[in-house]
Amino acid sequence: MTLIRMNVNGSAKSLEIEPRVSLLDALRERLGVTGPKKGCDQGACGACTVLADGRRINACLALAIQYDGCQITTIEGVDHPLQEAFVRHDGFQCGYCTPGQICSAIGMLSEYEAGMPSAVTDSGGLGEAEIRERMSGNVCRCGAYNGIVGAIMDVAGSDAR
Amino acid sequence: MSIQTETTTDTAPYVGRPVERLDGPAKVSGQARFAAENHYPDMAYAALVHATIARGRIAAIDTAAACAVPDVIAVLTHENAPAMIPAPKLSLLDLSTVASATSVNYLATDEVHWNGQPVAVVVAETWETARHAASLVDLSYEELPAVVDFAAEAPNAVPERSMPLMPSKADKGKAAQALADAPFSVDLQFSTPPHNHNAIEPHATTAVWDGDQLTLHEPAQNIPWLRKHLAKRFGIPEEAVRIISPFVGGAFGGKSRAWPGVLIAAMAARATGRPVRLALTRAGVYHTVGGRTPSTQRVALGADAQGKLTALIHTSVSRTGRVGGMAEPITAASRHLYAVPNIHLSQRSVELDLLSNTFMRAPGEAIGTFALESAVDELAWRMGMDPIALRMLNEPDRDPAGGQRFTHRMLREAYTRGAENFGWHQRDPRAGARRDGPWLVGMGVATAYHPSMRMPASVTLRLHADGTVVMRCGMHEMGMGSATVQAQIVADEMGVPLASVHVEYGDSDLPPSAGAIGSVQTASVAAGVIAASTMLKRSLLTLARRAPGSPLRGRKLEDLQARDSGLHHPDGGQTYAEILSAAGRDHLEAAFKPSMLGFVARMAIDSRRWVTGASGAQFCEVRVNADTGEIRVSRWLGVFDVGTVINPRTAASQLRGGIIMGIGAALSEQTLIDGRTGRIMNPSLSEYHVPVHADIPHIDVDWLNEPDPTTPLGMHGIGEVGITGVAAAVANAIRHATGKRVVDLPITLDKLL
Amino acid sequence: MKPFAYVKPVDIGAAVAAGAAPGAKFLGGGTNLVDLMREGIEQPDTVVDVTGLPLSAVDDLPNGGLRIGALVRNSDLAADRRVRARYPVLSQALLSGASGQLRNMATVGGNLLQRTRCPYFYDEASACNKRDPGSGCDALDGFNRSCAILGVSDDCIAAHPSDMCVALTALDAVVEVTGTGGTRRIPLTELHRLPGQTPHIETDLAPGDLITAVELPTATGNSAYRKVRDRASYAFALVSVAAGLQIENGAVTDIRLALGGVAPKPWRARQAEQLLAGGPADEAAFRRAAQAELASAAVRPGNAFKVALATNTIVATLRELSNEGTRR
Repeated sequence: MTLIRMNVNGSAKSLEIEPRVSLLDALRERLGVTGPKKGCDQGACGACTVLADGRRINACLALAIQYDGCQITTIEGVDHPLQEAFVRHDGFQCGYCTPGQICSAIGMLSEYEAGMPSAVTDSGGLGEAEIRERMSGNVCRCGAYNGIVGAIMDVAGSDAR
Repeated sequence: MSIQTETTTDTAPYVGRPVERLDGPAKVSGQARFAAENHYPDMAYAALVHATIARGRIAAIDTAAACAVPDVIAVLTHENAPAMIPAPKLSLLDLSTVASATSVNYLATDEVHWNGQPVAVVVAETWETARHAASLVDLSYEELPAVVDFAAEAPNAVPERSMPLMPSKADKGKAAQALADAPFSVDLQFSTPPHNHNAIEPHATTAVWDGDQLTLHEPAQNIPWLRKHLAKRFGIPEEAVRIISPFVGGAFGGKSRAWPGVLIAAMAARATGRPVRLALTRAGVYHTVGGRTPSTQRVALGADAQGKLTALIHTSVSRTGRVGGMAEPITAASRHLYAVPNIHLSQRSVELDLLSNTFMRAPGEAIGTFALESAVDELAWRMGMDPIALRMLNEPDRDPAGGQRFTHRMLREAYTRGAENFGWHQRDPRAGARRDGPWLVGMGVATAYHPSMRMPASVTLRLHADGTVVMRCGMHEMGMGSATVQAQIVADEMGVPLASVHVEYGDSDLPPSAGAIGSVQTASVAAGVIAASTMLKRSLLTLARRAPGSPLRGRKLEDLQARDSGLHHPDGGQTYAEILSAAGRDHLEAAFKPSMLGFVARMAIDSRRWVTGASGAQFCEVRVNADTGEIRVSRWLGVFDVGTVINPRTAASQLRGGIIMGIGAALSEQTLIDGRTGRIMNPSLSEYHVPVHADIPHIDVDWLNEPDPTTPLGMHGIGEVGITGVAAAVANAIRHATGKRVVDLPITLDKLL
Repeated sequence: MKPFAYVKPVDIGAAVAAGAAPGAKFLGGGTNLVDLMREGIEQPDTVVDVTGLPLSAVDDLPNGGLRIGALVRNSDLAADRRVRARYPVLSQALLSGASGQLRNMATVGGNLLQRTRCPYFYDEASACNKRDPGSGCDALDGFNRSCAILGVSDDCIAAHPSDMCVALTALDAVVEVTGTGGTRRIPLTELHRLPGQTPHIETDLAPGDLITAVELPTATGNSAYRKVRDRASYAFALVSVAAGLQIENGAVTDIRLALGGVAPKPWRARQAEQLLAGGPADEAAFRRAAQAELASAAVRPGNAFKVALATNTIVATLRELSNEGTRR
């Protein structure tokens, strides 16, 4: 067992864990932070997306011990216009992928702001094609993709530019 | 789960308004708590061990290494697990028997019936320990010959019995002869692969025993069925089982039966005396929760020189498991769509040594419409006719197979509106005529169809002196917006502001709902709401009429309007608060409990009188890369005839969701079952390709919004109709773009090279 | 996941020493190794977390090339201005390689050692010579849509899954490796092995060998990456093409071509390059060259389509590059 310290949603946490515990399981099972979801446990769905020092990652593929000393933001620590926009645009149905979608969108918007490209960059501006490509690591089986893209367009339009 | 509604001052009806989801704020803030997110002190974690052969016996099971792992609490196998009572057999007298997902008595037998069957469970202090120890359980088998290859076995199929109340067979006239005589005909063979639901929330159970009382946090689509099933399996009264399921992280049919996980979790909790969480891995879901059957289908159509259909033959072969499964109504939609004098519809199936097939979004219709609607399109090509014109020409006035009248049928209107709004008339009828750089562009259409049904649902309404109304019903929320739409209906029926309605759901302690299956829940519960509202208003009127000086004295309920939180007639009225206050009551309650027998009788009568279904016209534009065969759906429009739409916001999402799952089925989804071993080889979201953001364009949905005269508020269920016809619309658009008719799903790029 | 010891050295010497111990495995971003460990395919006794090492820089080389630290995250490398301007094929390959989240985690060094996605490699119940030497290969007569057609053996037809490696191969990248015997430089084309009879040995690295950097020679021309897959995004390549093309007076003066999704290693298409070099830059030449490269393909029913797909994708990518060259 190893003692690690993380700042989770603004509060300092320390916990004794085995090195094999993922960041996702540390949050959900040890710290009771259940906003990040387990959908595949292998980086194939994005439901576990959190922000680690501001960058979006898949918490299921992260060993918690590798994030010792990091700032972790989960949906519980998010206070962002996207949340209201998701409700307005009906950017979810069952709500299970939603925390990951929102955390991913926040990370994605800051990547875009920082000038980081995507596989479809050249298309000019943060249009629907850009958002879809950049959000493709977040699977929504209910098929709320239109609402999600709409919510992001809405917030990016009023906020980011 | 309890939710209070938002404030609004509008006086128009709530039904028809795009009210935002009442549970939206909880879902976007991480506050919505799913089944695996309920913690108990002293909770232990369980992990399954899965068989790796398709059929045989366990020769030896060595758990020593697993037991030796520190923090392992128990390793349960058929050698030491407490036996459950066997699963009840399917009986029409007790529909909860449908919850019996397989006949296997898990961990009570050394028999293996499918590759992936759970054969042991490890309970440990942590999830990591449980899963690791599970990997150390050593099994050896005596293998028996297994039949697992659907394609190889399909020729041995035998005639299949239809699902109760969902006929899929038909024989009218002489279809084979008419086909042979027809001047124009098509006769095509189709195939569709197995599919899995892939709800993003994997099945997860948190099971807690208190003496002989069992509490379960479980994502469930049918709480009453599951409750009854568990009571039977564990030999306890139904009342001793509590199922709490306020949020279900997607289901699509996959959470409607008692699959091994929930049973083994409850068993492990009882055996260890600990609260137990069993959260399936993604592969675990594939190995223990059934999916959609694969199929081969034949559709043959004959037409006269004008395009009037003279013959329709639609036959299918699908599969069940030797240990469970059921017919999926693959040819059912073909009963209802075309005016043809000669019809032959029949289904056959094979039993394989695989996990049972099960309900998955529009079982039968989703893949049956692929074949039927592809064939209709191909006939249009052969005849040089516009595919919409061909459909219009053959639109029936009465049900073609049964002869009943339709309660509601507006397919012509749907096609007309869709063609206009999609720009169908700009379509060059030639194949391969439109090109944009390397992309070949094509348009296709297909018809969507799903029957409208209802099941009994109990609803309690309680009116409080402060004017709030609490609706209680153990209904299910898997993303349909259940609480939101029912709150809208309650508010209208009772004439109270939406903000005054509280909805409690997702709990077996509440009055039992209809299952969230077969697109029945919303209409079924709405019927309960309407009945309970009427009862409640009648009781209020009775109370009011007893009070001296009440302006409602001598009035009949039929003369009154429920509005402004009271009962009113043109000359006056009373608020509910006034009525209760005058009677000295702090609340009044009405409980509607439908009779199952009466319900079934009614359904039987109705089905002889008329046919009710949701339908629609699906319009698709695709782009096919001329170099690589890559296919992109670039535009979509679905125009639906689904009766009254209660909430345009959530309805649009459900219809879109169906269409998107249909696009997945059309282009990329398939469960790969190795024909040598029965092993699922892509049990993951990496290799089972559900659509991602980049695959999905803006999906335009529209509806005619004409009420059906025979359904509650005129509505049809909309959970499933969206997926029907989609794969055909895509295939037909590809046919237009490339000239190629692809008859095997999914239409991957290699089929276009 | 089997319990393991975890160490996080802060200098390369210590990392190499720790990594040389039996049962040790280097851990970078974790996107592949953690998954494989959870599935029980990798079972290290010790995990040596190298993310504390100072290997995260991208530096210009005096010869005009670029030196990329092994711990540079995929997303940072893809966004690097120099990479985007001088090696667009690399940026594009990285961007098409994984989701934004995964790119934020995955490192260059880890990606070089990414393991196959063959379904039988991932399934404990299946025979796989790569996972379990000598057990056989269930992919030969099983689901092999994702499998390789070039450089395969009777023991293994698993395809290499990396996109980044395909681009780096086309760019003549050199891998810097520090091991117990010191530092050496390996051309990327020689880092990975073909399966032969030992598909479980995937590279020429010895225990303790730590990839510390990748060096790119001076960029030579216009380049592009084209990935074809079963979804529009977020899926492994069925076929991918990394190409660099320079044309003068209608003739090919520089050609680099590498293929992904079709071979057990990132596949440098030398035969095609030789046919194209100095010749005309037209569609017929592109197709002849592509066909020559794929002439030796050993296909199975499930992956036979890759011959036509790879041919067409090579042609389309070179056509696009030559059009861009002409437009310029």
